Amino acid sequence: MVSELINANPVIYEKKERRVRSVPSTADEYAVEPIDQEEIFDILFVYIKDPEHPYSLEELKVISEDAIEVDDGRGHVRVTFTPTVEHCSMATVIGLCIRVKLLRSLPSRFKVDIRVAPGSHATEAAVNKQLNDKERVAAALENPNVVEMVDECLTPSYE
Amino acid sequence: MDGLREIQKLEGHTDRVWSLAWNPLSGLDGAPLKLASCSGDKTVRIWEHKPSSSNSWECQAVLDDPHTRTVRSCAWSPSGKLLATASFDGTTAIFQDVGDEYECVSTLEGHENEVKSVSWNASGSLLATCGRDKTVWIWEVLPGHEFECVAVLQGHTQDVKMVQWHPSMELLFSCSYDNTVKIWADEGEDDNWVCVQTLAQPNSGHSSTVWALSFNASGDKMVTCSDDLTLKIWGTDNGKIPSSDGFAPWRHLCTLGGYHDRTIFSVHWSRDNIIASGAADDAIRFFVENNESNSLVDGPSYSLLLKKDKAHNMDINSVQWSPGENRLLASAADDGAIKIWELTSVSC
Repeated sequence: MVSELINANPVIYEKKERRVRSVPSTADEYAVEPIDQEEIFDILFVYIKDPEHPYSLEELKVISEDAIEVDDGRGHVRVTFTPTVEHCSMATVIGLCIRVKLLRSLPSRFKVDIRVAPGSHATEAAVNKQLNDKERVAAALENPNVVEMVDECLTPSYE
Repeated sequence: MDGLREIQKLEGHTDRVWSLAWNPLSGLDGAPLKLASCSGDKTVRIWEHKPSSSNSWECQAVLDDPHTRTVRSCAWSPSGKLLATASFDGTTAIFQDVGDEYECVSTLEGHENEVKSVSWNASGSLLATCGRDKTVWIWEVLPGHEFECVAVLQGHTQDVKMVQWHPSMELLFSCSYDNTVKIWADEGEDDNWVCVQTLAQPNSGHSSTVWALSFNASGDKMVTCSDDLTLKIWGTDNGKIPSSDGFAPWRHLCTLGGYHDRTIFSVHWSRDNIIASGAADDAIRFFVENNESNSLVDGPSYSLLLKKDKAHNMDINSVQWSPGENRLLASAADDGAIKIWELTSVSC
């Protein structure tokens, strides 16, 4: 695949101490539990690895909890991620992984927008447009090579 | 009070439904209403209205061959006998209605990768296709289900989302991820197809992907819909005169903004001048032209007639008016469902 790493020496950040999710006191198992920022963060950060490095996107500071906006009532999620380097050609792959992970984890009523952080990527508008064109995403996900790469990024590392 | 009544929900596709096409003979001279749908489940389904049954719409056929990937778009020939289907597998298939069955009679190969749209011209003598390879292909329909590529049109700088022939003139329209609409015409006798006009942002065009376009019945107006959350109305002077030589340019008439919150994937102009739009906000909207006295000065303006929130549970990819007398609209969505609606008691 990639013979030379685009970003050979990434800065590794410490993982955030994870809060224990509060269990509702009422034992109503049918109660609707709204989906919040923390839950999305957990969905994304526990699992997705940078395709170039064995670190999670959290450790590379590609996503932070602040960069996740959730409106449970309207069923809308927006994830803003920061590629490790400005010309990172992996930005679309990372974005695609984020989209696939949310597609597989969230109820279908959610609309998901994914974008790179403003000023973080040389071809920001082009990357954003591609990540949010569902026809191109659908076509990419019919390509076995792309699916294999995405699945690899989404495989839990069991550290 | 204007109302939109859901007549029936058609279920069967196991993935998102991308596109719908009413058979042009539907409802004419007693012919049954017939609808084709195509999907991410790689199949095409034919639905027919059976007035005798309790569930009046039934799936008449499932075409699961020859496409190996998403079927993105489908179109009936003007005679209603042939159905063309465009697929992400890079091919366009032609099916023939042979009584109760549909037989694949031809497969058109040539695009480098995903084919995204297919359209027949008014006489059924030409077929156009487009795709991710940024090209538009024109195919001549020859006897014996032979299709010969007569032109490969290059001009778009990104993938081409849709092709649509003008309803009466030999003009081809294409819209693209490059935010433009291009108009193509045969400039000579020798299949010399060239781009005669580009509707782009500097001339009041769209600022993001143009997903679809549709003409009014007389062919002198066109509506386009886009990822920039607007619909735009365009007009020309000689749409009513199919015999005229010389191309009359299209110009921007007005922009309908502020209605949609998410990408508008589909738009269709009815014979009685109602524009329907389907978008990623799960809503169907209807627009009509205002009958204002100052329209001669300011150009036409349009207003929202009706909005149907939550028409589907997910993104709406296609809205299509039926060709018959009734005001029937079919819609298709990411949730795999198709719905048949009737627009009732509209005064306009």
